[in-house]
Amino acid sequence: MSSQKAPSIAVRGVGKSYSGVTVLHDIDLDIAPGEVHGLVGENGAGKSTLLKILGGAIKADAGTLSFDGDQVTVGSPRDAIAHGISLISQEGALVPALSVLDNVFLARWSHRGGLVSARTDRKRLAELMETTGFTVDPDARVDGLPIGVQQQVEILRSLARGARVIAMDEPTAVLAEHEKENLLGLIRKLAAGGTTIILVSHFLEEVLSVADRITVLRDGALIRTGNASETSPRELVGHMVGREIDVLYPDPQPVPDGAPVMLAARGLKRGLVNGVDLQVRSGEILGIAGLVGSGRTETLRLLFGADRPVEGVVEVDGVELAKHTPRAAMAAGVAMVPESRKEQGLVMVRSVAENVALSSLSGRRAGPFVKRPAEKTAVGDISKSVDIRAANPEAAIETLSGGNQQKALFAKWLLREPKVLLIDEPTRGVDVAAKTQIHHLITGLAADGLAVVCVSSEIEELLALSHRVLVLRHGEPAGEFPRGTSPEVVIAAAFGSHEGEPS
Amino acid sequence: MSVDTTPQTAAAPAPSAGTNMSRLAFRMRDYGIVAALVIIVIALSISTDTFLTSGNLVNLLDQTAVIGLLATGATICIISGVFDLTASATLALSAIIGVQVGRVTDVYVGMLAAVVAGALLGFVTGTVVVRSGVNSFVGTLATSMVYRGLAVMVTGGAIVYPLTASAEDFGMLTWPSLFGLTSATIMFVVVVAILGLVVARTTFGRRLYAVGGNAEAARLSGIRVGSIHVTAFMISGVCSALAGLILASRAGSAQSTMATGTELTAIAAAVVGGTSILGGEGAVWRAIVGALLLTLIGNGFNLLGWDTIYQQVLQGLLILFAVTMDRWLRKRTR
Ligand SMILES: Nc1ncnc2c1ncn2[C@@H]1O[C@H](COP(=O)(O)OP(=O)(O)OP(=O)(O)O)[C@@H](O)[C@H]1O
Ligand SMILES: [Mg+2]
Repeated sequence: MSSQKAPSIAVRGVGKSYSGVTVLHDIDLDIAPGEVHGLVGENGAGKSTLLKILGGAIKADAGTLSFDGDQVTVGSPRDAIAHGISLISQEGALVPALSVLDNVFLARWSHRGGLVSARTDRKRLAELMETTGFTVDPDARVDGLPIGVQQQVEILRSLARGARVIAMDEPTAVLAEHEKENLLGLIRKLAAGGTTIILVSHFLEEVLSVADRITVLRDGALIRTGNASETSPRELVGHMVGREIDVLYPDPQPVPDGAPVMLAARGLKRGLVNGVDLQVRSGEILGIAGLVGSGRTETLRLLFGADRPVEGVVEVDGVELAKHTPRAAMAAGVAMVPESRKEQGLVMVRSVAENVALSSLSGRRAGPFVKRPAEKTAVGDISKSVDIRAANPEAAIETLSGGNQQKALFAKWLLREPKVLLIDEPTRGVDVAAKTQIHHLITGLAADGLAVVCVSSEIEELLALSHRVLVLRHGEPAGEFPRGTSPEVVIAAAFGSHEGEPS
Repeated sequence: MSVDTTPQTAAAPAPSAGTNMSRLAFRMRDYGIVAALVIIVIALSISTDTFLTSGNLVNLLDQTAVIGLLATGATICIISGVFDLTASATLALSAIIGVQVGRVTDVYVGMLAAVVAGALLGFVTGTVVVRSGVNSFVGTLATSMVYRGLAVMVTGGAIVYPLTASAEDFGMLTWPSLFGLTSATIMFVVVVAILGLVVARTTFGRRLYAVGGNAEAARLSGIRVGSIHVTAFMISGVCSALAGLILASRAGSAQSTMATGTELTAIAAAVVGGTSILGGEGAVWRAIVGALLLTLIGNGFNLLGWDTIYQQVLQGLLILFAVTMDRWLRKRTR
């Protein structure tokens, strides 16, 4: 987007370790100007770490970085920005209380005589929105925006800074299907304009479709870099995990006849949600599909009592919830894996073990005391079954890779052995292998009689996992589809009659 | 870690060189402030011959008791994500209540009344903060003014004394006890040990950290965030009341201006000890280390006979030294 050309990047011998644990080892990587470079690997392989080093967010312990043959030091995000590198991190880096406009031009506001000139910024933002095709309200506070839109704000910010290299860490993990397509389109457009894009993603097809070359990392080492056109998802997975594995989605077992209704809701209303009814039987997996803003997440929150419905009834196992609070729902056997692990899911500064144990503390206590051996066993077992990879369960959970954090969040709720499990984006940021593992886990739990309600932006996942898919549109049910329905039909229902018009 | 090793899982932390190293680094990171404390202790032991005398050590611990109790209350509040600026006002008000009740009943009932008053005041503070939803800094600042004002009203601004007949008993916390330590020290050690256990080992402690680290995640995990906060304020109230009793016992009286401003010293001790003001991190032992450090620095000045003119400057510098060392050790392991 910038008038200047992107530099060619040479990474040589880059390494990084944390407290003696090597997380990146001797990485050599060349990235050509205007290239779309895919970066793939299992959870914890070191992808984010490598991007953060490029983006100046952390310092490498070893190795060098050169642009157009000149060795450079990227010691801080400021340095990186000065070199035209912009990092869009996995966790997001917006200032929550500021407006879209202020975030886009953060610390780079146009000014005239020392005063910020909002008018100029507004014009620049309008231009940027035109090139990207995004439509965002410049005055909205970013913490009120859906995650997908927040991410657009981050992209706008990179462009506003005149980035010539944009490193994106799992940008599509939080996006709905059509938003993903838009983003991939934008990536192609930027690359055609000479901007280099480094893309980390667990969606291998997506990486294959957009990248020129793809690098595979495994356990902190670079396994190979190859042309995207000469490789297949299967081959990539093989390199990622170091062996051949099956990545087929398991089929859920049929719901037994006469299985009791475990969760029922009637006439749920609040904010976006305008009269949702649903019923899930024991052993059944209900998928909820819909566009961003269709009230999917809000519906789950109402079911769990995270927000109090202004109208409506929730029944668990035939008993109406007396109070709409998480505590009441949990006492009735409901668990919810929330949408955002950083804001709603995890206590980032506490250890992996403490986080996993948190929602089921009362189940393992002797008087007021935590039964530590029992906790250790419980956390150890569940961590193994969802495959959390942490060097040390006592380490702060913020030191885990994104995908492993997601698995820990999942583990935390499984430890409660719920009767009803509400899941918002079950596999956000989880690698292909672990994803199948989580799918097996969910279908297995359902087979044991758990009732599951699952929201996912990934329509393929939803259709593969669910017995039925409920489509929401403007906070109201817009159709219900059995297993085996084609994705196109579901998407059409989500859009309503005017296909292609985002709500 | 080489390419072919299978990654370790949380379930089976293999004792590889890597994890051992990281465990060690963990220790270093955790105990930087202790190292600073030890250095100051060694320096004082070498440079004076009075420091390591039992008389001085008994005195030192006795001095630490008041600020140590307050710092413990402050730490527990800070861990849960709130500040308690009512600490010193609660201290004064409950000590006064203790003395007054003691006058009409007996000394022991009076002391019990002081502790109950501390808990109740903490309950009120907590309820005000939780119910009003205002920032705890502002909420407790206002509440502390009310408490101080009540203390003035109750005493009419005068000093209150126990009955002459029970004046001697009232000084019981200054009496020597086990190992020659004062009763105040023993009480301090016992209370702090209990609270340390509560915070580190109970389900309440776990919830305390969770609420301070991420209140929304805690709420969605079924934790009653409000009642955790109220409980934290109540514990802080009891700590304040106990500290008030020690001061009153020493002085043989109580008054409305007691310990003015010590809530800030308590917060300073908590933070010097390494408790994060962002919440969700910290420990009771850190409060004690912080309180010891502050007391020790003051003590050192007296022993060295340095001019008190320089005391504040050097005190500030030593605190900076201690916290910088703590920071530095933590950062190196990042
Ligand atoms: N601050 C830190 N302290 C200790 N270890 C860390 C820290 N940050 C990252 N790690 C470790 O480094 C390794 C690589 O993490 P990284 O975030 O780069 O993985 P990733 O490839 O991005 O994984 P994901 O796909 O799950 O996002 C992980 O094992 C992680 O636990
Ligand atoms: Mg990552």
